[in-house]
Amino acid sequence: MEQLAFATGTIVAGVFACVAWFWGSNWLLDAVFPARGPQAGANILRANMIRPWLFIGPAVGFLAVYLVYPVLNSVWRSLHDAAGHDWVGLENYAWLVRDAKFREAIWNNMLWLAVVPALATLFGLLAAQITDRIRWGNVAKSFIFMPMAISFVGAGVIWKFIYDYRPEGQAQIGLLNAIWTGLGQAPETWLTLPFWNNFFLMAVLIWIQTGFAMVILSAALRGIPEETIEAAILDGANPWQVFFRIKVPQIWGTIAVVWTTITIVVLKVFDIVFVMTNGQWGTQVLANLMYDWMFRGAPDYGRGSAIALVIMALVTPIMVWNIRNARKEMR
Amino acid sequence: MADLSLKDVAKAYGEVKILSGINLEIKSGELIVFVGPSGCGKSTLLRMIAGLERISGGDLTIDGQRMNDVPPALRGIAMVFQSYALYPHMTVRDNMAFALKIAKKSPQNIEKAVENAARILQLTPYLDRLPKALSGGQRQRVAIGRAIVRDPKVFLFDEPLSNLDAALRVATRIEIAQLKEAMPDRTMIYVTHDQVEAMTLASRIVVLAGGGIAQVGTPLDLYDRPETEFVAQFIGSPAMNLLPGTVVKTGAQTTVELAGGGIARSHVPTRPADLGLAVNIGVRPEDFHPTDGAGIFSGTVAIVEALGEVSLLYFTPEKGAPAMIAKLPGTHADLRHRQVTLGADPAKVHLFHAGRSLLYR
Repeated sequence: MEQLAFATGTIVAGVFACVAWFWGSNWLLDAVFPARGPQAGANILRANMIRPWLFIGPAVGFLAVYLVYPVLNSVWRSLHDAAGHDWVGLENYAWLVRDAKFREAIWNNMLWLAVVPALATLFGLLAAQITDRIRWGNVAKSFIFMPMAISFVGAGVIWKFIYDYRPEGQAQIGLLNAIWTGLGQAPETWLTLPFWNNFFLMAVLIWIQTGFAMVILSAALRGIPEETIEAAILDGANPWQVFFRIKVPQIWGTIAVVWTTITIVVLKVFDIVFVMTNGQWGTQVLANLMYDWMFRGAPDYGRGSAIALVIMALVTPIMVWNIRNARKEMR
Repeated sequence: MADLSLKDVAKAYGEVKILSGINLEIKSGELIVFVGPSGCGKSTLLRMIAGLERISGGDLTIDGQRMNDVPPALRGIAMVFQSYALYPHMTVRDNMAFALKIAKKSPQNIEKAVENAARILQLTPYLDRLPKALSGGQRQRVAIGRAIVRDPKVFLFDEPLSNLDAALRVATRIEIAQLKEAMPDRTMIYVTHDQVEAMTLASRIVVLAGGGIAQVGTPLDLYDRPETEFVAQFIGSPAMNLLPGTVVKTGAQTTVELAGGGIARSHVPTRPADLGLAVNIGVRPEDFHPTDGAGIFSGTVAIVEALGEVSLLYFTPEKGAPAMIAKLPGTHADLRHRQVTLGADPAKVHLFHAGRSLLYR
């Protein structure tokens, strides 16, 4: 109850502070440079030069404090020892290369990268196309989109139940094992199944991201001029040809943006692995490995920061490309 | 070569009837133009022939074969869209080749057909460009080329020129006329709201109004012998003037006493029983000429629009009377605010009763 009151208070205070800042600073600016009197023209010009800085100033400030500073600090820490006292040069990075667990994490991340964006985008595209054509499409859409509203941790817990294992002879409460034993097989501990357990984890993220891909791609599909589709029908194209040779090529830009957006999510994937296997049984990924070194047992800030920077180095180029592409789409 | 026939064709969206009772025989090699006010269903009728809209009733046959349920691609038709509808991700070459590729034609045949169409339409230098690198006129030519390569029996044009600027529209209109001449055995159906396109291109014009066909005929047929007041006013610009009056003398020539006071003679014959019939006389603005004696109409000129070759005279509407327009050759700026009396050749005076021409009874 106390927490609830505190959270509500924080929200109210936060919103109030924002409104106060934007309204107050704007009022002050207009008071200093009034848009009347002999200087009206010059004042309007001057006020308009300052106004954008007032409005985006807080955002820039918060980004600097909570994003730029941590990055710089991470770089500094990755070049120091576990406690952050002594300079060790590139020793942490050299350790990364030698570490078997890190190699496993990198390999798994690549596996995720190869599977999740492709499947999520593909399923999203198919869902978008199909739901646009059926009467109850909008209902179907909301169901497919719903997992987006669930936190990764929540999704992990849900899917842990699906993969749940009970010894043979007991009732299987896990959906997958229920089906599996129904087919006459012995129950399986899915999440410890080497190599394949990675794919069981990926299924969770695909389940979540398909809805995102579907919503964006559905909008893109609707933006395709109807006449080009009619022209293709007159040209003799069947529905498959219309879809793959006329529609998909026209939304390549959007597909690329969706693909890369999911790619970035995948590179940072943490919660699902943390909740479901905690990186055991060969399912380690970079973000979870970083968490392990940073906050578990005897924390090693040096190695943790080094892993964090590796993740950032992987994400940044895709991010830049993604933003450029998104801007091109908007034009 | 294709005869196309529409028998009692109808279109309805649920309860709403858009078109009904459309009967039309189109002979091979004709260029038929559908005109009509917006919302009259002319584009819908074209899309029904194309197969993009279902036919709710009646039969569409091409060369004697019923086409109602034949997929669009197998009807032997090709369509040129108002918005060009080019595939934006394909080069001009691929745009034109797409239908042939889908039909699994051999690469040599495709190449030959595309090169040939490009030559006819002067698109050869642009074959490897994307549509976005072309001007509006070039895009429309690509759209026409896409139709040509398929070598269809029937070409359908849905307002193909309305996205072009005025000068280009005239040039492309002449190109389409030449294209038709180069393919004398191909049937073309052309939808437009532009009268000039209709008059210049059509072998026959179909005027659509009120969910049906108002009149079918050659352009000059429609101009000289309109069946209804609607067609009379729709064809020709500015629209035909209509003046109410009463028949006072019947016979091979008819005399009408007009409500506005004038007397009009017409070569439209009437029967003795028509004496005293309430009619509207119709006179096209260009058929009026100023006269000194007793004319059809007398009024004050409100505005003169000088177009150089002709002048348009707008008369101040008398109480209860419709606004009158006359089109006189030459310039007449001096006539503004003056009282002018207009007469017309009896051969050019149309007679309508209850909206229909007395010529057609």
